[in-house]
Amino acid sequence: MSAGPATTAPALNMGGRRLPPWVATTALLLPAYGWLLIAIFLPLGAMFLFSFMTATPIGNKEIGYTIDQYKIFFTQPYMWQVASWTFQIAFATTLICAITGFLAALALARSGLGRSQWIFLILILLPFWTNGLVRIFSWTMVIREGGFLDAVVQFILPEAASVGFLYSRPGIVLGLVHGYLPYMVLTCYIAISTIDDAIVEAAESLGARWWTILGRILIPMAAPGLIAGSVLIFVPVVGAFMEPRILGGPQGVTLGTVIEDSFTQGFNWPQGAALSFMLLAVVLAIFATFSGVLRRNAEL
Amino acid sequence: MKAFGRVYLCLLIFFLYLPIGVMIAMGFNASPYYQLPFEFSTRWWHELWQNAELLEAGKNSVIVAIIVTLIATPIGTAAAVALHRREFPGRNFLRVMLLPPIAIPWLITGTAMLVMFYWSGIGRGFHAMLIGHVALAIPYVVLVVSTGLQTIRQDLEEAAMSLGATPLFAFFRVTLPLLTPSIIGAALFAFAVSLDQFVISYFLATPGYTTLPVKIYSAIRKGFTPDINIISTVLLLASMALVLIYFIFSKFGAKDVRR
Repeated sequence: MSAGPATTAPALNMGGRRLPPWVATTALLLPAYGWLLIAIFLPLGAMFLFSFMTATPIGNKEIGYTIDQYKIFFTQPYMWQVASWTFQIAFATTLICAITGFLAALALARSGLGRSQWIFLILILLPFWTNGLVRIFSWTMVIREGGFLDAVVQFILPEAASVGFLYSRPGIVLGLVHGYLPYMVLTCYIAISTIDDAIVEAAESLGARWWTILGRILIPMAAPGLIAGSVLIFVPVVGAFMEPRILGGPQGVTLGTVIEDSFTQGFNWPQGAALSFMLLAVVLAIFATFSGVLRRNAEL
Repeated sequence: MKAFGRVYLCLLIFFLYLPIGVMIAMGFNASPYYQLPFEFSTRWWHELWQNAELLEAGKNSVIVAIIVTLIATPIGTAAAVALHRREFPGRNFLRVMLLPPIAIPWLITGTAMLVMFYWSGIGRGFHAMLIGHVALAIPYVVLVVSTGLQTIRQDLEEAAMSLGATPLFAFFRVTLPLLTPSIIGAALFAFAVSLDQFVISYFLATPGYTTLPVKIYSAIRKGFTPDINIISTVLLLASMALVLIYFIFSKFGAKDVRR
């Protein structure tokens, strides 16, 4: 039997009886997709319904349906302010990651590191797989007043004032950059390593300066990596709540912390659900806009 | 220019490991308020063993992660085999459907699970966390195993079948052994995803049943003591060790028969 590849998947032979191929395919797929349906897709649907409710349906409260939860941005100017802070933090984080991550990828791919290239890459990616919460908390010990950073500065300049910036927006951005930078390094590294050395060498032999090579060859050719990295960073960062909470303190109000509060402290689930859905809409819009670039990148 | 690149990379790695290093060091600092100057002490290591709540949460984390791994690995592997070895309508759609659990911010997925589990009577606690963690781990397992499947030549399986093996026999005797490194890698991934998962656990935990990250988060908000520092360090080093093992395994996987 010389069945071609997947196209004519041979029937499973079970107990002498031949089952049609679709039965086997379904049996293989059903557990995974059934699980995702129950744990991901149905909950998202349930939350969509919740976002139109007038109150959290606990006890015997009378529940009506309304779109008031979605009007909050027009009725409460404060929410506009929070949304604007959130996006400023997300843009700043993404931009800093894009610049430092691209340069790191460039250094990795083009510094002639040879085998140690892999060691550097693994060293950069390794912290990414450790608990984010723990890493964020560890920053508080570094940047708080009288923390590690102050100790270093005061060792050099004994009279210096504190440079601690815990509980500020720059503090939040620092923690987020630390958390998401490896995404950018990885996507840019993959994009840069596909660029043919000969192109760069040709430009060099024709007398191009390094910034011309960077601006005319490396950045345009690595653009898919930069875009993919930016999307992969921006999306989780707009939904972040524990980084603003821990590093921002009272300054750390973002959409994420407002959503967390409405589910845990305020117990206003419809409000939280509506905000979550607006956030989800932004996320989906970003993915839709860049889906072409992301797909091409995934094929690399 | 090249030297500059190396210096830059070293600075970046210093930045990435600085807070981790400070955290480990502070676990050996005598002051309970992370005061400097540094004074060496193993006091917090001793206190850790007195903190039953914290150890309990740590034990819960490991138990959840083991069960999640045992459930997600076979389910995800089966789906990966179907998505890669079989042609059927809607295959691309199903592949895309693996992305939302990874791509949608966990805050949204976590609150959605809270709403639905509350509503449907599933409730919160150990079982709810299990459902949530497995759902997050499945896409990672599928992706890792799919990558492995791409490196295994399908004609080996076909050769076995042309010699009279049933498809099931051919799969178990030819493809599965070649796939083992990828499956082990996927299992380690699932374990790491569950062990580090905070957001989903946070919304699904009950006061009586928490995992370590949830405990750490509430401790941070109440007042963090250095014994939590130490268990965080242990968690951090455990995750790093897992990923290193994964890298080693995927290296072994790469040596297998290539397309």
